[in-house]
Amino acid sequence: MSETLMPLAILLPFVGSLICFVSRHRVSVFTGCVTALLTAGTIGWLTYDVAIHGVQVYALGGWSAPLGIHLRVDGLALFMMIMSAIVGVAVTFYAVSYFGEHDAQEEKRGAELFWPIWMFLWASMNALYLSGDIFNIYVILEILGLAAVGLVALTGRRAVLVAGMRYLLAAMAGSLIYLLGVVLLYAAHGTVDIVLLGQAIEPGATAMAAMTVMTAGLLLKTAMFPLHFWLPPAHASATAPVSAILSALVVKASFYLILRLWFDVFHATITLEAGYVMGALGTGAILWGSIQALRQARVKMMIAYSTVAQLGYLFFVFPVSADHDAANAATWISIAGQGSLYQALAHALAKTSIFLSAGVLLHAAGSDHIDHMRGLAQRLPVTVFAMALAGVSLMGLPPSGGFVAKWMTVQAVLAAGQWWWAPVIIGGGLLAAGYIFRILRPAFSPADVQEALHPVPRSLELCALGMAILSIVIGLRATDLLDVLLIGAPFAIQAGGAL
Amino acid sequence: MSQYQFYSLAGMVLFALGLHALVILPHILRKILSINIMAGGVFLFLISIAARNFEDFPDPVPQAMLLTGVVVALSATAFAVALARRIYTVTGRSELDEEDRVP
Repeated sequence: MSETLMPLAILLPFVGSLICFVSRHRVSVFTGCVTALLTAGTIGWLTYDVAIHGVQVYALGGWSAPLGIHLRVDGLALFMMIMSAIVGVAVTFYAVSYFGEHDAQEEKRGAELFWPIWMFLWASMNALYLSGDIFNIYVILEILGLAAVGLVALTGRRAVLVAGMRYLLAAMAGSLIYLLGVVLLYAAHGTVDIVLLGQAIEPGATAMAAMTVMTAGLLLKTAMFPLHFWLPPAHASATAPVSAILSALVVKASFYLILRLWFDVFHATITLEAGYVMGALGTGAILWGSIQALRQARVKMMIAYSTVAQLGYLFFVFPVSADHDAANAATWISIAGQGSLYQALAHALAKTSIFLSAGVLLHAAGSDHIDHMRGLAQRLPVTVFAMALAGVSLMGLPPSGGFVAKWMTVQAVLAAGQWWWAPVIIGGGLLAAGYIFRILRPAFSPADVQEALHPVPRSLELCALGMAILSIVIGLRATDLLDVLLIGAPFAIQAGGAL
Repeated sequence: MSQYQFYSLAGMVLFALGLHALVILPHILRKILSINIMAGGVFLFLISIAARNFEDFPDPVPQAMLLTGVVVALSATAFAVALARRIYTVTGRSELDEEDRVP
């Protein structure tokens, strides 16, 4: 049974998506919830299984590589899937009440289409994490991109259509640039299997070119500074559950892929210069994203820019891992990798919470303008509390998950002797505090006029609060999750593509 | 220069042209076409390498990949065109420029 858990994690949401697509709204809401729980259960079971037996490989249709396609699960893939499952279940239950509340015609059509596309998106994310084949990953990247754009354009309003179009063009271009690298690698080595490529790769012009184009294409899809232009409008104009999924999960899927490629395929190719370029991009993202977040007038736009900034922290693993010939390098590379992935998780939980809270705000007050937040702490205490808690994690204050992540990252860059990244990481926390307090200050100041608030279902507020609490709690139980991440040694760079 | 290298080079040139057009042209339909030209470039490159080491018969794997890629590109283009039509119906415009920020 255990070896079929991997295809099951892909097939379950996929079948759920098909059922949602053909059935009436009530049925698809029910199917969506059941599928979400079953998928999360499957991933939980897979985690248990992998924790006992270690890395698993599943040959689709019984064909093994190089001819066949492999599904492969290690700690890194599992960590990403657990992250998607936690956020996925919360967003699913949030969406039930969120779309149940709207009566307008356009919202209704959006509500019907949300379920099939969201299930499809989840299936493609699981497929991406499990896939062990770079061409297969290209196809999945396209599916993921199409599903994500479909979700953005859900309501069919003017702003989402234009933002969705930008997103679609960026996603398609990104995948094609990535595909160019796949072709280069296939031409040179005659295989597209990640493990086989990792063994066959030789430093040289072809590998360098392939690494450059694949990384560039994926940076565009991750919305890494300076290629982030499409992200803020798309994430800010989408409906609340969609913004949460996109910001928390979708951008990290392509980040995961960059990490996978650098460690498992291009380990012999990466140079210190390439690593520094990535670190510089991360620095740029933190500074530029935070400064833009400080300048926004709308809460959702601010949170979207905060995503641009928070993605920057993920990238310090690259300069640290590029210095892999030094003594003790394995230790700090491992710490940097753990810090980076923990940042991905902490940010996913905090950003989900804060986007879901912004959805409550929009629903209650009809606007997410920062000026309209005056006095909301008294009137929507649970939501404002959730935003504040999530904010603590984004700023990186102890004992939150964000603190653990940034602490590990700072430790790693100092150990690697690249101290110049440390002020950026710490300064980024201060900037985050700046934009979080821009929301909290008006919320806690007394309002002049008490406009009537639209009543909000309690479950919406509780979903947001649950994610916020989780983003703090993971800071207290970090070692358990990091043990899962390290199964199969995903950050062992000298091992020659950990098999 | 052997024949397959010529085709590879042509593919790269197409790809670069498409990328350039995608960045500079504001009209949505032209952007979609540019992406298709980029895709055409990659596909030409992909199919040309099938002949790289094989004297008597071409390597079949790139052809299988190409078929998959064409299907993917077709569906993505269909979606993009549908989205572009909807943008035209809702806004009356079919260009992407700086003013299309979220209000």
